[in-house]
Amino acid sequence: MKIVLNNRVEDFESDQMTMTELLAVKKFTFRMLVVKINGELIKRHEFDHKTVKDGDDVMVLHLITGG
Amino acid sequence: MPQSYTEQISKYLSRFTVGIAGCGGLGSNCAVALARCGVGKLVIADFDIVTKQNLNRQYYFHDQIGRLKVHALRENIQRINPVVSVKAFDLKLCVSDVIELFACCDVIVEAFDKAEMKQMIIETVHTQMPGKYLVAGVGMAGWGKSDIIHSRKSGNLIICGDEVSEVSDALPVLAPRVGVVAHMQANEVLEILLKDFSPVSE
Repeated sequence: MKIVLNNRVEDFESDQMTMTELLAVKKFTFRMLVVKINGELIKRHEFDHKTVKDGDDVMVLHLITGG
Repeated sequence: MPQSYTEQISKYLSRFTVGIAGCGGLGSNCAVALARCGVGKLVIADFDIVTKQNLNRQYYFHDQIGRLKVHALRENIQRINPVVSVKAFDLKLCVSDVIELFACCDVIVEAFDKAEMKQMIIETVHTQMPGKYLVAGVGMAGWGKSDIIHSRKSGNLIICGDEVSEVSDALPVLAPRVGVVAHMQANEVLEILLKDFSPVSE
């Protein structure tokens, strides 16, 4: 599948992945994340069952202390 | 006599309101930059007081140590641009505060220190204030590495920073790098506010 991840086009072998799988593959293993699929906010408890498929627009933001 | 380009921009910006969530390194510097440009109203919120350790990056002065940040910042802004209206709230923002205090804002600047607060405001604005622009600051500790500081967009969320440099005992925050991110945030606010602006030529 081909998706847009943080404004970059990325290719993956699978036709679809759960958010948990995508985050693991891309090494986004941080505790504090804001995740959106096609503009919809996805909460942490939904990561296992929300899927990412071909054509999706995904945003992953790692929140870190400082400001 | 026609107004100068800068005067036209300042007059145009006077109709807008910008919320500043947090008045530390990001918030104080961003608020001052926007006040200098002529943004009409700033809604500023922070529970904290000015300490000596803040002075290495935050827009406060030595004789303001011990004072509430929102009061000190309002005073500094008024000294720079007396025409800017500043509404100051000395509280630690919760979800309902974000919704209530920033409802009237054209853009909100996320300038918190704690990651948990950044998450709270990003999620609250996204779910409870759809369509509202939010400019967040993520990753600004240390020095140098100017080339990795960037800005990216996702819908109405704009993220400024390097997204990796976390503040810790091993990596402190300092004026230059914090200032770069704070001014990048102010610059993104201007891009939003000025999108329909066109100058009147002489």
